Amino acid sequence: MDPHALPALLPALPELWLCGAALALLMIGVFGGDRSTRPLCYLAIAALLVTFVLLLLGPEGRTVTFSGMFVVDPFGVFTKGLVLIGAMLAIVLSLGYIRHEGMERFEFPVLIVLATVGMLLMISANDLIALYLGLEMQSLALYVIAAFRRDSLRSTEAGLKYFVLGALASGMLLYGASLVYGFTGTTSFEDIARAVSVPGATDALGTLVGLVFILAGLAFKVSAVPFHMWTPDVYEGAPTPVTALFAVAPKVAAIGLFLRVMLEPFAALAGDWQQVIVVISIASMVLGALAAIRQTSIKRLMAYSSIGHMGYALIGLAAGSAEGVRGVLIYLAIYVVMNVGTFAVILCMRRGQGMVEDITELAGLSRTHPMLALAMTVFMFSLAGVPPLAGFFGKLYVFMAAIHAELYGLAVVGVVASVVGAYYYVRIVKLMYFDAPTDAFERPIRGEMAAVLVATGVLTALFFVYPAPLLAGAATAAAALVP
Amino acid sequence: MAIGIGHFLSVGAILFTLGVFGIFLNRKNVIIIMMSIELMLLAVNLNLVAFSSFHGDLVGQVFAMFVLTVAAAEAAIGLAILVIYFRNRGTIAVEDVNLMKG
Repeated sequence: MDPHALPALLPALPELWLCGAALALLMIGVFGGDRSTRPLCYLAIAALLVTFVLLLLGPEGRTVTFSGMFVVDPFGVFTKGLVLIGAMLAIVLSLGYIRHEGMERFEFPVLIVLATVGMLLMISANDLIALYLGLEMQSLALYVIAAFRRDSLRSTEAGLKYFVLGALASGMLLYGASLVYGFTGTTSFEDIARAVSVPGATDALGTLVGLVFILAGLAFKVSAVPFHMWTPDVYEGAPTPVTALFAVAPKVAAIGLFLRVMLEPFAALAGDWQQVIVVISIASMVLGALAAIRQTSIKRLMAYSSIGHMGYALIGLAAGSAEGVRGVLIYLAIYVVMNVGTFAVILCMRRGQGMVEDITELAGLSRTHPMLALAMTVFMFSLAGVPPLAGFFGKLYVFMAAIHAELYGLAVVGVVASVVGAYYYVRIVKLMYFDAPTDAFERPIRGEMAAVLVATGVLTALFFVYPAPLLAGAATAAAALVP
Repeated sequence: MAIGIGHFLSVGAILFTLGVFGIFLNRKNVIIIMMSIELMLLAVNLNLVAFSSFHGDLVGQVFAMFVLTVAAAEAAIGLAILVIYFRNRGTIAVEDVNLMKG
């Protein structure tokens, strides 16, 4: 092949389109000033929608381009679809917030779009260099978004903490990448897979050390214990719509990357990384369940809840089978829907002067806002994993995969942790239905907020009626990753 | 004594460890944390270049170039966040970054 030929660009069309769209949005913002924030939000949602369509129209099966650095496969399409939906809904949720809270600066939608480009790139990475660049593109935009309210001490502190710990994680990941490159002699995922599958290689130990560093870096990005310290602070400090974004899109992208890195280049070392994943999965589930109990801020509670949920998702990775990957993907899809819904309720928690974040503010919600309380109840029961709501099925599939992979201990700890975790979700329901009401939240609930609430609520509550499309999509995607 | 790949890797490992400890043990100043992050990335670059010359291929050096570029962007963003933080808080001592306890 002619090394100077232009690479095939068509498989990367969604990413290229979104890059171009981000730059165009930036130009509109620069010339239009902060008044253009609102139209820019709509345009950003439209750009993400077009990307979603382009993604679905993309090549079927597995296509590799850019000298093997960029891969398009059903797994990538599924995960990218979730990321795009998460990013879109996060922008929708922020529409009201940026108006009320004086956050109308045009960089906001542009940065979200740029972070989304980074997420898409990291899901499609087929090389350590592409992985690093995608990850950094996402992280650099997210650091800025976390500190977006630059007049607020909390927001800037969240940004600072996220930056320092994120940079540390990137450094670890990069050190691991350098060791893997050194001991296998290549950065391409396929060649690494070939190099590590040679039995009895003398330099296997070096690769293994590199793998552990990469694992630590990725565990940080999905906020799995023991690399979770940043999560509660960043969730609490960042503006609430930003927290909603953090809770869905980057998590999905990072888990997607995690799955690809573990199951493609390092599949032959499964026996080694499996034990590590089991430990961090158990630690995340237990910490997520126990530490959330004494939280008073709903945003911190959601942070610990997300740590726990990442633990459940990692169960599927620990199983390492196609069934496990399918379980993780189903889990992620349901997780995105539940979390967007919950954050829509949290964003409705505002009175006169501003947002309230204390859990006790929800007391008596069933009398002041019955529909909002009903939606929150659905989300809380679903997050706790009560059948027949969607969250139950997410857990069911990963636990089944763990049992079929003979990881009985992991499945048992998972079930126990979800029972313990149910306590704090049910406590919120109890507050809403049985405690004396406080002042009502601001009315009316904005139109787009109500639409998101209804859509996510119905999806969560009625998932069991027609789960086939999601199950089939996840199965196809999983088959692409684990043959 | 010939200087081999092992020596380069040792220097890289020592620099990286210094960087990590610089982040965790430093109780004074956020700027020192930024310097420690740069130290970690430089250790990685040293590793990459040493491996690149050891294997005789260019991928490691290309990787090092990308790392340098991203490190510059990262430092710019980090310092920008630090400046807005300083405006709000009036100090950049590490022990004062404690509004939220996590």
